[in-house]
Amino acid sequence: MNDQRPVAIVIFIFLVGVVLLTKLFLIQVVDDSFMKKAERNAIQRVVDHPYRGLVYDRNGKLLVYNNPIFDLMLVPKEFEVGDTTRFLDIFGITKEELIEAYTAARKYSPVKPSPLIKQISTTDFARIQDYLIDYPGLFIMTRSVRSYPLPIAAHALGYIGEINARQLESDSSNYYRQGDYVGLSGMERFYENQLRGQKGVKYKMVNVRGVDKGPFKDGEYDTASVAGTNITSTIDMELQRYGEMLLNGKKGSVVAIEPKTGEILAMISAPFYDPNDLTGADFSNTYRSLNSDESKPLFNRPIMATYPPGSIFKVVQSLIGLQEGILTPETTFACNKSLVACHNHPSPVNLFGAIRNSCNPYYHQAFRQIINQEKSSNTYKDTEIGLNAWREKVLKFGLGGRLGVDMPNEKGGDVPSSKYYDRFYGEGRWKYSTIYSLSIGQGEMLVTPLQMANLAAIFANKGYYYTPHLVKAINGDPNQIPEKYQIKNEVGVDSYHFDMIQDAMAQALYGTATRAIIKDIEIAGKTGTAQNPHGEDHSVFVAFAPKSDPKIAIAVYVENAGWGGRAAASTASLMIEKYIRKEITRPELEQYVLAGNFIY
Amino acid sequence: MRESDIHIDRVDWLVVAIYFALVIFGWFNIYAAVYDSQAPQSMFDMSINSGQQLVRIGISVVLIVLIMVADYRFFENLSLFIYIFFIALLVVTPFIGKEVNGQVLTVGVGSFRIQPGEFAKLATALALAKVMERPTFDLTKTKNQLIAFGVLLLPVALILLQPDTGTAMVYFSLLVMFYREGLPQRYYILGFGFIALTLLSLGIENNLYLVAAIAIIILILILMGKKTWQRIVVFSLIGLGMIAYSYSIDFVVSKLPDHQQNRVMVLFNPNLDPLGVGWNVTQSKIAIGSGGLLGKGYLEGTQTKFDFVPEQHTDFIFCTLGEEFGWIGSLIVIGLFVTLLVRLVIMAERQKTRFSRIYGYGVISILLFHFMINIAMTIGLFPVVGIPLPFFSYGGSSLWSFTILLFIFVKMDSSRAMQLGRLG
Repeated sequence: MNDQRPVAIVIFIFLVGVVLLTKLFLIQVVDDSFMKKAERNAIQRVVDHPYRGLVYDRNGKLLVYNNPIFDLMLVPKEFEVGDTTRFLDIFGITKEELIEAYTAARKYSPVKPSPLIKQISTTDFARIQDYLIDYPGLFIMTRSVRSYPLPIAAHALGYIGEINARQLESDSSNYYRQGDYVGLSGMERFYENQLRGQKGVKYKMVNVRGVDKGPFKDGEYDTASVAGTNITSTIDMELQRYGEMLLNGKKGSVVAIEPKTGEILAMISAPFYDPNDLTGADFSNTYRSLNSDESKPLFNRPIMATYPPGSIFKVVQSLIGLQEGILTPETTFACNKSLVACHNHPSPVNLFGAIRNSCNPYYHQAFRQIINQEKSSNTYKDTEIGLNAWREKVLKFGLGGRLGVDMPNEKGGDVPSSKYYDRFYGEGRWKYSTIYSLSIGQGEMLVTPLQMANLAAIFANKGYYYTPHLVKAINGDPNQIPEKYQIKNEVGVDSYHFDMIQDAMAQALYGTATRAIIKDIEIAGKTGTAQNPHGEDHSVFVAFAPKSDPKIAIAVYVENAGWGGRAAASTASLMIEKYIRKEITRPELEQYVLAGNFIY
Repeated sequence: MRESDIHIDRVDWLVVAIYFALVIFGWFNIYAAVYDSQAPQSMFDMSINSGQQLVRIGISVVLIVLIMVADYRFFENLSLFIYIFFIALLVVTPFIGKEVNGQVLTVGVGSFRIQPGEFAKLATALALAKVMERPTFDLTKTKNQLIAFGVLLLPVALILLQPDTGTAMVYFSLLVMFYREGLPQRYYILGFGFIALTLLSLGIENNLYLVAAIAIIILILILMGKKTWQRIVVFSLIGLGMIAYSYSIDFVVSKLPDHQQNRVMVLFNPNLDPLGVGWNVTQSKIAIGSGGLLGKGYLEGTQTKFDFVPEQHTDFIFCTLGEEFGWIGSLIVIGLFVTLLVRLVIMAERQKTRFSRIYGYGVISILLFHFMINIAMTIGLFPVVGIPLPFFSYGGSSLWSFTILLFIFVKMDSSRAMQLGRLG
């Protein structure tokens, strides 16, 4: 009666087998998406971040290095505290801190690691290390942050931070990933490609809780990271530190250059900040507070602040006049105060006297001859031709455009061309009387402190300069620095014209900046005052020394400190002595600058 | 014990060979599931699952020997006592058992624990064989049907109290045995229709489609036959009943405990919650699916080894196999099970007593159900129910109860020459 039923059961058994094997065939052989999902599950691509290159000063002292920091991580699900008192003792936290961190970690994920204690010092790490074995769910994660032995040169060195969306988009090499650190300013940004090294990749296996289970296929697909290249900077650490001490509490810039090479010995932007503050976990908080600080500590004044060059520009005017043959050392003008205001000094003066006394009417008259050479009978046209020809000569001094220092965001300043006045007054509607304030470095001209320091180097070199730069050697090799820093730039003024200029600048100190005089070190300098419509004028001084064999050219700006002969000249003088003599022989002058009471 | 009771030459060695093949293959997979390439431990290490399973396999061999040397009538004679003993054990389990995850499944002393629910299957199969062996017993008669279902449903009710839905479901596999023994086909048609309607109610988001389909079918049935007044009323009532049932299913599901409700819903849409309830099925499919044709190689699997698949050495042991041995491995294991089951059907049909034939079909029913449901759940064809893969999964109660279940039948088969023909 039931003969066909056993057959039906056997058929059913086969049917089950066929259905299962068919479904298995579909997911195991036909559909390969499961393989990818499995890889995504268990194979983790871990980027091996290379050590960023170190930065040394010109004497081989370390300026920037990588400091390993340790974060104690917690996996809540695996964590067992045991004896709480002992735990708190070992790890040096309070019960409240532990509860708070644990609650936060638990909220984030019970199985993924969260930080329990951040940035443990190396000594604490050594102490804690042995106890970790007693506590499941705790482990140390090592990172490295940029670190600075001295809290100096923040602007020149720059900082690194997480790459932003815009930078990621413009990264054509497709090297960076979200969360990568890149140089965001200063040398860190300019030499990013050298400093960053080459990332490596490791494929490791992890279990469901993300715990490392060893390399995938014994590391067959792994690539090793290559450490970044070390860079030697031109900065003199001692000089930089000393300069920052002098400018502490003030606003301003100091740029010191070795004239023969264009190497920047010191580059100070005040107010400054401790570069150590812009590293690690505190980066965003510190950055936010620095960025909102009204004194703008992040603003890199030496290359971003622009001021009218003032009286110092008279030296450039003299050189142009001499080269043009319009002026000779004997050319004499009266100090005609009806043309432009001046202070009291003997009149008339020759060129030497004009530089020495910084005579405004002299340059008003000399500049007219430079501009109006009667190349056209139309005085408007003649002024235009003269201005543009003059401008070309000024640009050769490294003014009116970016010098090309190895830092991002350099400003070029401004030397106005005829187009500027055409736009402002209309074509053919301006003449010499419109532009005469250019003669004494006022009016529409703007320069950066870096350009002013470069001018000092040109005066020292008698007619040439190397583009100022912060890099002395890459990977220990001076020939690897960018080619443009190895090229001599001529300014188009014959060197013999500089002899008298240098003498006049040396003499000028005795008239306008007696504080700057150093026994046994002959300084050639020129004071300036950058007019400031918003308050007290800025004190400016450029100089080089020793006059016979210049080792240092310097520009000092102290904002709102009045006349150049006081704040700026004193600071420059101390910097020069510090660099050449390695010691300060005039503690009273140092005290005067440190006190910072320049207005009286 | 009589010498003549042991019939080594009559033992069905094919079944024994398949049994050992599955047990040993399973043992290798249990080791693979716990293997850690960073800290490899010996397969025989007592501190890991494979070592412990080896002990259980050893105990199983002892059990096999004991069964084979026992009197062939021993189990037949004691079948009702065994049934009553395990029913009693199931009754007391909730009171003396150990609670794990809200379920009380095991009883025992110290570390030696067994699951009465696992052994009660065997006892129920024996008891049913005993009850149904009478020549006058006829499953077409209502009275006999009630007796058979009574014996079947008693342990089910007790296991549902633990509560262990998966194990309770296994008992219904004995309907295969009832089928062989003549339970009318209309019960099965009704049952499958019922299950189909249940699954459709759960699977189809909008019940209105189902209502429309039922209405159309009923309408066609009415139009096709004689249009008598009574017929129209009866069919309409059946249709309304189906619709009411379909709606009540959704209601009942919403009243189920959360974890069961989720298991049901995820069957229809595993992507519903890939990190929560769907995790088991999703990860299990990934593990098996990533095995490919030939697998990743023994001990080379990453999904099972690194704990992506939960319960990887017990209910989800098939994942390790699928990942490391691929489709070929699946083919071998499924092939072994199918061969075993078909072989058991042949053996059952050659029995000379109703008792041993019925018991044989009991063994077939239980093994078939476990095999089918366990693998189906790992590949997302069935909701996740916690039942082990026979002979393969880690665990003492499971291995021992399947071993005893199978070898009682092997023993009966080897002694069939001594049995008097009592086939009715």
